[in-house]
Amino acid sequence: MKRILSGNEAVARGAWEAGCSIASGYPGTPSTEIMETFARYPNVYAEWATNEKVGLDVAIGAAYAGKRAISTMKHVGLNVAADALFYVAMTGVEAGLVIVSADDPSMHSSQNEQDNRQFAKFSRIPCLDPADSQEARDFTIAAFDLSERFDTPVMLRMTTRVCHTSSPVEVTEQQQQIPEKGKYPRNPAKYVMIPVNARRRHPVIEARVSELSRFAENFPYNRIEYRSKNLGIITGGVAYQYAREVFPDASILKLGMVYPLPADMIRKFSESVERVIVLEELDPFIEDQVRLMGIDLYKPANPINSDFSHTKSIFPITGELNPAIVRHAAYQAGLLNVDIKQEPTNLTIPLPARPPTLCPGCPHRSSFYVLSKLKVSVNGDIGCYTLGITPPLSTIDTCGCMGASIGVAHGAAVAGDQERHVAVIGDSTFFHTGIPALINVAYNRSNVITIIMDNRVTGMTGHQDNPGTGFTLQNQATMELEIEKLVLACGIEKVLTVEAYQVDVIEKTLKQWMKEDGPAVLITREECALLPSARKRYLALQVTDQCNGCTVCFRIGCPAILKSEELDPKYHRPLAIIDQELCTGCEICAQVCPRDAILFRDQVSALRKSEEG
Amino acid sequence: MDIKRLKNNYPNGINFLLTGVGGQGTILASNVLADLGMDLGFDVKKAEIHGMSQRGGNVISYIRWGEHVYSPIITKGEADIILAFEKLEALRSIEQINPGGLILINDYSIVPVTVSSGLSTYPEDENIQESLQKFTSNVYWVKGQGIAEQIGYPKASNVVLLGALTALLEIDPKIVLRVIATRIAQKYYAFNEQAFTTGFQSIQK
Repeated sequence: MKRILSGNEAVARGAWEAGCSIASGYPGTPSTEIMETFARYPNVYAEWATNEKVGLDVAIGAAYAGKRAISTMKHVGLNVAADALFYVAMTGVEAGLVIVSADDPSMHSSQNEQDNRQFAKFSRIPCLDPADSQEARDFTIAAFDLSERFDTPVMLRMTTRVCHTSSPVEVTEQQQQIPEKGKYPRNPAKYVMIPVNARRRHPVIEARVSELSRFAENFPYNRIEYRSKNLGIITGGVAYQYAREVFPDASILKLGMVYPLPADMIRKFSESVERVIVLEELDPFIEDQVRLMGIDLYKPANPINSDFSHTKSIFPITGELNPAIVRHAAYQAGLLNVDIKQEPTNLTIPLPARPPTLCPGCPHRSSFYVLSKLKVSVNGDIGCYTLGITPPLSTIDTCGCMGASIGVAHGAAVAGDQERHVAVIGDSTFFHTGIPALINVAYNRSNVITIIMDNRVTGMTGHQDNPGTGFTLQNQATMELEIEKLVLACGIEKVLTVEAYQVDVIEKTLKQWMKEDGPAVLITREECALLPSARKRYLALQVTDQCNGCTVCFRIGCPAILKSEELDPKYHRPLAIIDQELCTGCEICAQVCPRDAILFRDQVSALRKSEEG
Repeated sequence: MDIKRLKNNYPNGINFLLTGVGGQGTILASNVLADLGMDLGFDVKKAEIHGMSQRGGNVISYIRWGEHVYSPIITKGEADIILAFEKLEALRSIEQINPGGLILINDYSIVPVTVSSGLSTYPEDENIQESLQKFTSNVYWVKGQGIAEQIGYPKASNVVLLGALTALLEIDPKIVLRVIATRIAQKYYAFNEQAFTTGFQSIQK
């Protein structure tokens, strides 16, 4: 039967149908829903790991133990998990192991747009690249079979557009029964990568690539669609859809497996068409390999992409493709006679931007308000709190990858930077890669101040549980990690936990600590304002006639505080009003107001009572 | 009967663009349209970008109905129908409309922080209308938020617009309501049905 599934839901579905019973991963857009969906299937174990490397190790351990296993992550997660990827590429597995890398062309929610097909080639493992949800489901099943047949982990490479597009998928209601494995393998020559064993394994995995490329010649998901012989397009992944959309009459070699490539098939296809091009998103991954085969790809008469001449011959190397980009590049290259429709009209009025901001009631806001007031240098990290960069708070000076804040701040400190550095990191990111960096601060005795913004959930990716929340992915009650004890155990002696909404306490503490030396950790704790338990406490605040439009409350950057049309009679400045739909009653604005013109929660309650009574 | 007419009116299928602000129910509305397309016998693709949208950003989703749909996304000048749940976001997406395409706008504004902090100004209604007219004369303003608030369920402006759309496309409202029922919790169905019907009737009048 057919169901409409997103690419992510289809991967989860395929894994379940393939009899995969173990999943471990770390949340990251655009991959997160794979784990969330898989966790709800019967007869499976699924967990949020503390980071992607741990998640992959867990999946490897399960695959060694004879269970089909999957590990999911966003593209940059595979950087964290790369160490595990490279050893498991060497050892192979007992049961199928699939590694899902969800790439993010155009960086909709990422720090880079690295093309992880390169990781497959780099580590010598096959890579499947689905173009829609049906393929996401089918390729996941195929990946488990390939993994066992060739004794290799398999990369399933998704992209944002495939992850988050829904389309009809033919599914079965049957779960494959995987035979129970016997004893845990005692095979050190294969599974213990000491140099003497590793040296023997390396030729094995090189030979595996050759075998796989021969297999790829007849792999059913590599297929040739002959139409007009005037133009042939070699493509894979979502780019296939743009090829069909823009060149409906062209012949197409659709690669389901983008590494290793079927050389004979590619040669045969290239010889059978008049002109052959490669259409792919991001890196010239297929294009470079096809050129190395000595195949003469079509060259545009006028070189395009001249800014990046070392890269691709026709289509852009940066950003996500779409039909308009493909059409325009093809026109420039002389492959199409008609360019994209140039709109006769364009929008002429300026549109205010609507950037993502810290939500109304966000418990991170108070710390950023204080940091911006103190004008300290702040090394940021990956999570909702990266939004501390947005005006008017504008406090984050650096942000590179998960867990980088503390190490980067320490680097500035040991470099003798004149400013005292503050690292800002969330609870889940601290568990992910913050802990070793904090131990490093303590061990190497720098004066970094770390603020751990503990909002009791993994927020940015949409409220996943983590070791601090007391629940697992499959909603089992578990321990709640105590951050204070952990920080103390890391060797930090100065640790303070405060309620995140308490502006004055945060300000007083930081001011005092800036005068002192040595490392310190401030934990600001308050649950994310979007959690159901927090929503129950929403109470919209009010501005009184004491407001004279001084603008201090606007500086906290809360979307619930608006400028009214009414002006202060003396200074002619717009007065503040509070949006009653958006305000949660966090009281940060009420605390910073110098004229006590914003009522606190108890004042609002009292006022309402008296109005009613 | 009405399916045939729909296919005649849109021989190449229908490209929808839905736009709104995080929390307005853009995703729910696009799920309904995707399911509805399947029910009506089309191939369907629905693409959306989430991630940071919960933080007050813009949410866009594309739904394509057709004989066979390839690209999940559409670009400039390719949207047959735009459903905009917020006025500013209607403008932001208007360049994607097909000349003469249909646009339904929720008569409602959500002021972005860039405006409330004084960095920029929200366009005036007459400027919005004038700008939209340049792209298509087929503009329908729907009091989606007003109707939803009257009903006592302010979140249902998305369903009000779906009702209006159903009337404009002359699709049997029963089919659409059946799809809506599968996508929402039963306890909210009565509100949604009322929102849908009021939106439907607002066009029929």
